[in-house]
Amino acid sequence: MKTNDLASRIPWTLVVFLVALVVPWLGSRYNTFLATQIAISGLFAVSLNLLLGTTGLVSFGHVAYFGIGAYVCGILMKTYAMPFSIALPAAALGAAFASLVFGFFCVRLTRIYFAMLSLAFSQIIWAIAYKWNDVTGGDQGLPDVPYPDLDWMNSIPLLGDLRIAGQFYVVTLVVVGLSLAAMRRIINSPFGRMLTTIRENAERASAIGVDVRRYELAAFVVAGGFAGIAGALFGIFSRGVFSDYVFWPKSAEVMIMTILGGIDHFWGPVVGAATLVLLNQETTSYTEYWSFVLGTILLVLLFAFPGGIVGGLSAGFAWLRRKRRGAAGPETGSAEVATVEVKRA
Amino acid sequence: MTDLSFLFTQFLGGLTTAMFLFLIASGLSLVFGVMRVLNFAHGSFYMLGAYLAWQAVQWLSPLLESFWLAALFAALAVAVLGGLVERLLLRHMYGKEELYQLLLTYALVLILGDAAKAIWGTQQLSVSRPPILDGAIEMFGSVLPVYNLFIMLAGGAIAVVGWLILSRSSAGRMVRAAALDREMLGALGANVGALYTGMFMASSFLAGLSGALVTPIQSIVPGMDVEVIVEAFIVVVIGGLGSFWGTFWGSLIYGQVLSFGILIMPSFSLFSVFALMAVILIVRPWGLFGKPMR
Repeated sequence: MKTNDLASRIPWTLVVFLVALVVPWLGSRYNTFLATQIAISGLFAVSLNLLLGTTGLVSFGHVAYFGIGAYVCGILMKTYAMPFSIALPAAALGAAFASLVFGFFCVRLTRIYFAMLSLAFSQIIWAIAYKWNDVTGGDQGLPDVPYPDLDWMNSIPLLGDLRIAGQFYVVTLVVVGLSLAAMRRIINSPFGRMLTTIRENAERASAIGVDVRRYELAAFVVAGGFAGIAGALFGIFSRGVFSDYVFWPKSAEVMIMTILGGIDHFWGPVVGAATLVLLNQETTSYTEYWSFVLGTILLVLLFAFPGGIVGGLSAGFAWLRRKRRGAAGPETGSAEVATVEVKRA
Repeated sequence: MTDLSFLFTQFLGGLTTAMFLFLIASGLSLVFGVMRVLNFAHGSFYMLGAYLAWQAVQWLSPLLESFWLAALFAALAVAVLGGLVERLLLRHMYGKEELYQLLLTYALVLILGDAAKAIWGTQQLSVSRPPILDGAIEMFGSVLPVYNLFIMLAGGAIAVVGWLILSRSSAGRMVRAAALDREMLGALGANVGALYTGMFMASSFLAGLSGALVTPIQSIVPGMDVEVIVEAFIVVVIGGLGSFWGTFWGSLIYGQVLSFGILIMPSFSLFSVFALMAVILIVRPWGLFGKPMR
């Protein structure tokens, strides 16, 4: 297929990453704050989409693994004064382990029961976080999680000029970038293709000898692990870990991010996260009724743009291209194929 | 014998919780059983019932003190709202994936929650008990507020009436038929669309009514919607999604586990009910009294 030659040759991902990297040097603390939040939420939403979009599993308890990551990292760094370089992998492993245990039971169920059981498990984590005062701080939470020790950055030119929040943003962006790259690789690997096969037709997949449950469980664990990384970063970013992070409406929130961006595209959830974070900031400066706005957006989304922003945009572009081609000459057959390809890309 | 009467008090407390939850969860279960929609907004309807009852009491107070009229008004208003939601929104989602249905009802949770905050503010509101049901009685050495006794009886009455309607009336037969095979029922000439609207209204009515009835013993606060919906989910899952009697037994079990769980592990009674839900889903996903689907 001939796409725009110049546009396809530019490594867009790298460009976006570099542009995002510049943010803290622009000097606005507020923008750095927003960018950090977007990066973390983006990672969280992409990890959910590995289940939702790629594998077709509706997990209503994804926030549990985000929360476990946040608590593991926060407790290790605050209570035990461990370095970030140990706490972060520990958070990912902790979350992945929890998703292995919980996922083992979840993947045995189908559809609505899967959603319910994942919700039940996340509420168990919430109940523990809320009540286990000695370890999680209970309803008071775990305030004052320290920043990682980033003094080594001070001797590096440019990086040394930044405040700690800016330096942490750079760390966050690198961790998120690496995680997204890893997830992209996973989704495009034969393993990832198999997940999509399972989404499309689980019965057929199992008929040709695929162990559907094992694949689903693997996807659940990978998604949980990356959610744990996002949670660990978020706990440090917001300077504390609280039981609210694990309460079930948060699961719905990340799900809205994912759907808003579009579950059929790898970058969709990132776009959704960015949109939602920015909208949240804008809206809350005008009105306290953010939930109302969010609910209305969700309704419009469900009825008008079920493919999300990226889905809507790519459909729009495909339509434009078709129109241009239609003017140049009759080639409608291949244009329709192109639309389908764009949608699934 | 003080020990025994203490246990009896716990038991009664659990029973009150149970009957309350049954009032709420029965509507949720009914809608899932027939329409296969897991309605997150059920908790919001419950919350609106509570706020509307408070509002109606304020409106009526210059004329007469009638908690019952207020409760009836609240339940009916919520039923109308439920009917509108089904007709205007939910109807378009039946053919689609569960994910979209879940998110639609969640959108309503967000919207209704903030709407309630905008209208009634964030301070706690409360309604005083109807005078007839004031006071308490003594049973086997433990004290039981009359209002709690009323709730138990009301829950039991709803269970009996609901069961009679479902099993004996022609409307009930239609509902059961719709649960089994919607398309076949439509092909036989029944108006399935109207049946669904009616079902959803009945379910909303129950949610609104239970919200109104809770006001004399619990203060009305924002956030009561997301709290109660999780409890109702647990009850419905224990008993079996879509099973009417299952929901009844599920509520009884939930009430006792919560009530005695507090005695055994004071800070982990919340944990114990969620764990119970998880265990049931793992061992018997269709619940204690439900039937496996498909």
